[in-house]
Amino acid sequence: MSKTELGFSRRVILQGAGAVALVGLGSTTFGWPAFAAANDKYPEEAFKQKSGADAIKSLYGKTAEASDKIKLDAPEIAENGAVVPVSVTTTLSDVSSISFLVAENPIVLVASYRIPAGTVPSVANRIKMAKTSKVTVLVEAGGKLYSADKEVKVTVGGCGG
Amino acid sequence: MASTIRVRATNNGDITEVQALIQHPMDSGFVKDSKGEIIPAHFIQQLTFEYDGKPVFLADWGGGVSKDPYVKFAFKGGKKGDELKVSWVDNKGATDSTTAKIG
Repeated sequence: MSKTELGFSRRVILQGAGAVALVGLGSTTFGWPAFAAANDKYPEEAFKQKSGADAIKSLYGKTAEASDKIKLDAPEIAENGAVVPVSVTTTLSDVSSISFLVAENPIVLVASYRIPAGTVPSVANRIKMAKTSKVTVLVEAGGKLYSADKEVKVTVGGCGG
Repeated sequence: MASTIRVRATNNGDITEVQALIQHPMDSGFVKDSKGEIIPAHFIQQLTFEYDGKPVFLADWGGGVSKDPYVKFAFKGGKKGDELKVSWVDNKGATDSTTAKIG
């Protein structure tokens, strides 16, 4: 194997160059965005919890207090439990996270949204409801956790039953 | 392959409103098929929206989000003609992404 003047084989140098190039790519993995956010990991454990209290503890590590500054919009009666439009808006300031729980679903946590600074604290989405249940929205604002809930009646369950 | 993501981003001065509709089965893993066998869980876990290289919205989803998920949100800033990048990854590791021009 040929050696350069430094005594390193060309192969070793190329491998070193390759390793440096790969490290440079480390922050963008196949187009997946590199986040400035402190924690962008998917909350896998929270999405395994069967009770609201456990899901909240797993996701936020704190308890929520009811707030009248949160407006939760959900139908009184959901004709199709597979597609229930639910939205929330809040006048709380410094919102960092909004999550939706459905108490009677097999997995209580349905969705959790990260709200970076500059994003309006308002989300509309469509969720599944297994049956008539309380729907709770959690809003993390100023480091504290707030909640609002609404009972939604479901005529045809959303779990394909 | 055509994208699974349809996005509409509209700027009204200060605020850019974003609506996205994504083609995905969002199987929760709790439903049985006609033979009585569980249809395996297959759902988008993370959906991200980036503007100007920074995340403006990130969704962590479970199987409780409806099939062909829809989401709407808004962020301060954004200019007509600028791009918004949207990407998702599901529990099987599949991904898709698209860029949309703010209108």
